[in-house]
Amino acid sequence: MRALQRFGPALWTAGVLALFGLAWVVELSTLVSLNVYVIMATLALSMALVWGVAGIFSFGQSAFFGLGAYAYAVLALGGQGGGLALFVAVALPSAAAALMGYFLFYGRISDVYLGVITLTASLILYHLVNTVSGADFRLLGVALGGYNGIPGVPPIVLAGGQELDFTGLYLLSVAVLVAVYVGLRLLVRTRFGQAVAAVREHELRAELLGYDARAYKLGVFIIGAAIAGLAGALHATWGGFVGPDVFGIGFAAQTIIWAQVGGVSLLAGPVVGCVLVQWLTTWLGENRLADTNLVLGVIFVLCVLLLPAGLLPWLRQRSRRLAGGAE
Amino acid sequence: MDFLVLSFHLVYAIALLVLTSLGLAIVFGMMRVVNFAHGEFLMIGGYTLVLSVQAGINVWLAMFVVAPAVVGVIGWLLERLIIRHLYGRMLDTILATWGVSLALIGLATWIFGFQQRGVVAPLGSFTLGGHRDSWYSVLIIVVAVVSLAGTWWVLRHTRVGLLARGTMQNAQMAEALGMDTRRVYAWTFAAGAAVSGLAGAVMAPLTGAVPTIGTAYVTRAFITVITGGANAITGTVVASTLFGTLSEAVTHWATPVAGHVALLGAAIVLLRLMPSGITGRFFRRSL
Repeated sequence: MRALQRFGPALWTAGVLALFGLAWVVELSTLVSLNVYVIMATLALSMALVWGVAGIFSFGQSAFFGLGAYAYAVLALGGQGGGLALFVAVALPSAAAALMGYFLFYGRISDVYLGVITLTASLILYHLVNTVSGADFRLLGVALGGYNGIPGVPPIVLAGGQELDFTGLYLLSVAVLVAVYVGLRLLVRTRFGQAVAAVREHELRAELLGYDARAYKLGVFIIGAAIAGLAGALHATWGGFVGPDVFGIGFAAQTIIWAQVGGVSLLAGPVVGCVLVQWLTTWLGENRLADTNLVLGVIFVLCVLLLPAGLLPWLRQRSRRLAGGAE
Repeated sequence: MDFLVLSFHLVYAIALLVLTSLGLAIVFGMMRVVNFAHGEFLMIGGYTLVLSVQAGINVWLAMFVVAPAVVGVIGWLLERLIIRHLYGRMLDTILATWGVSLALIGLATWIFGFQQRGVVAPLGSFTLGGHRDSWYSVLIIVVAVVSLAGTWWVLRHTRVGLLARGTMQNAQMAEALGMDTRRVYAWTFAAGAAVSGLAGAVMAPLTGAVPTIGTAYVTRAFITVITGGANAITGTVVASTLFGTLSEAVTHWATPVAGHVALLGAAIVLLRLMPSGITGRFFRRSL
């Protein structure tokens, strides 16, 4: 364990380089399926921030992912496939989070109600997007497609007018994931991040010390939405498709299962949960052993009952105990 | 003429909200548990009705006896197996019941597939001011009123209700007085589930039974119950009336989805003003 700690930075660097390096090693089809893990891991990081760091139990984090995906799809199809589309895919979810967060946090809606309201908002978006089918519903000339979604979302256009290919998108996704992770690690160490943690641990005490809990929560909520939106845009260009299911209860549940299985007290927890659950879902889908929802539901319940802290924090505690290190 | 039709539709919309929220409200009001598997209780109620009728059981017997009994037993089992371990951990109960909800959807998909099953709505139709409406809509209004009145009567006038209210107000004191509060919780959860089962069965002839039917109800039920606040009956009535009227009005002038959106907007603004729901501010001494 101590050896592991000494070589920690080296291991991290090696891991990141390996993740980038895969682009030249594995076949293109494998790379494309790996890419979705990387993109979803970024969404999982936004869960880690909002749930784990700030203690805001948002059940609708996936909706910001969906807003980002739709924003990118509409702008890219409308002929703005470059930086502008990515910018709006980050800005729109952030603005939505700011508006919604204002009502939630400044109304002092407490944790569980907040979860239900955010989920409800996502489901209503789902109903809304499902109905905007037909020629009447166009944004920038792009048909929103209702329940059929928007197909043919073009790739990201680079500054020189060149389109990003699958390898390029993979490298970009990994870069985004690493940047977001490093950024969040740095963020939790800043004054802002520490104040957020203080609010999470004891809101009243933090307020008595002069920190405005509402503003800190709102800030984190907006950052989380921005990250989720960026992941959504990447996903839209990856699959070339956006559908209303990104706002559905199934996808919302998935992101929460990632957080619960992996454990939110570590930033990497939801990422690990995301990779495990995604892999399991794919495996079940290919082998048709049992209904995916059934298996995920049972795992979810078992995790809540038996492993409430999540897999990664539990493993870390176990390994510390084995190493005899008392911390 | 138009006024009559409109007010009938309004009462019907409110009754639908009451019916699909009451089971959730009972569990939330008495136990502070937000049951995310509420929609799936409705779904199971619907399937119980459809399968019972197909098995040759009388439709009324299936609707008013079999469905509530089956879902009540499932609710009791869930409370014993899962929820009782999580009291006081509100978030964990939500997550666990969410897992149950997924598992039940998965199970229903596995067993029945996505094919929609239905029964024909019993009773005929009548004409009101030039509009045809089915007697079944009237039945739904009656069932909603009777369920509300029944819940109120049980809570207000029976010994069981007294014990339940005592546990709700102060569980520790109730325990100190020799009550088995865990049994009260188990029975309350089962009762809430039974009411949801009844609602699901009553809705099934209109909507048919599919594994994901629950998600169609839960958004409105959650909004109604959370905005209604802790007092199950008054909260459900007030919030259902408010939201039923609002969404019916918006639906009348625009579209059903606009009604949905208006409902959510109103709920967020209301909760901004009254964070613990309507009955947290008004009617505090009601049931």
